[in-house]
Amino acid sequence: MTTPAIADPRTRYSRRKATRGNYELYSWVFMRASGAILIILIFGHLFVNLMVGKGVHAIDFAFVGGKWSNPVWQIWDLLMLWLAMIHGTNGVRTVINDYAQRDLLRLWLKILLYAATIVVVTLGTLVIFTFEPCHAGADPSTVASFCQAR
Amino acid sequence: MPSAPTGTLYRGREGMWSWVAHRVTGVLIFFFLLVHILDTALVRVSPEAYNAVIGTYKTPIMGLGEAGLVAAIVFHAFNGIRIILVDFLAKGPRYQRVMLWVVVGLFVVTMAGFLPRHLGNVFGDH
Repeated sequence: MTTPAIADPRTRYSRRKATRGNYELYSWVFMRASGAILIILIFGHLFVNLMVGKGVHAIDFAFVGGKWSNPVWQIWDLLMLWLAMIHGTNGVRTVINDYAQRDLLRLWLKILLYAATIVVVTLGTLVIFTFEPCHAGADPSTVASFCQAR
Repeated sequence: MPSAPTGTLYRGREGMWSWVAHRVTGVLIFFFLLVHILDTALVRVSPEAYNAVIGTYKTPIMGLGEAGLVAAIVFHAFNGIRIILVDFLAKGPRYQRVMLWVVVGLFVVTMAGFLPRHLGNVFGDH
């Protein structure tokens, strides 16, 4: 005679079973960490571009050329691009999840959001690294002053 | 939309309205960011293309828009610090209301420093 298999009356409680990984936790941590770094990056960006000198009136192609000839500003803008886009995309993802109640609408809004993010981040990254401040054949008055020396 | 019963924990008042303002400013900043990366990408096309588009940012109407954008960013930034403090400090939730008024105070001070300079650049001689 075989004894019937009786389940262990006290199977260990596992928190992990009910969840689909720690994705939302990482997202929560990322929003706070990236937010803190973005405050420094964006306040610095706004101060240099809007407060110093003639402010918004100083911004033109030569101004951007001057900034991106310095690797510090290249890395500054690259970090700002990636962190702000991921922070913003994650925020809008939360808003879509909260207000788009139909499954298919929610799915398509998020596909659209992620597609826009990938295109914009890729484009921005390429621009920062392939930018040519002394644009070939450009009107000399439109490029940075250091271009004349070449 | 299910309606919540009256007298829930944080419906209304500072807690809810700061949350609403954080969402609204966040979404606004995100859509500006998309446009801003695309307009900056024009430096890769030609100096003329970039200067033509960035020239439209120097008009008075866009200048007021920039002031609004900076206001949204400054609120989102300071309220973001408040959210971090509410989450990570043991006494954070107890002081969330006081911290919102600190955020509002810092917002006013920052904008008082920024607006005269920016509006002078937009509307003044240059």
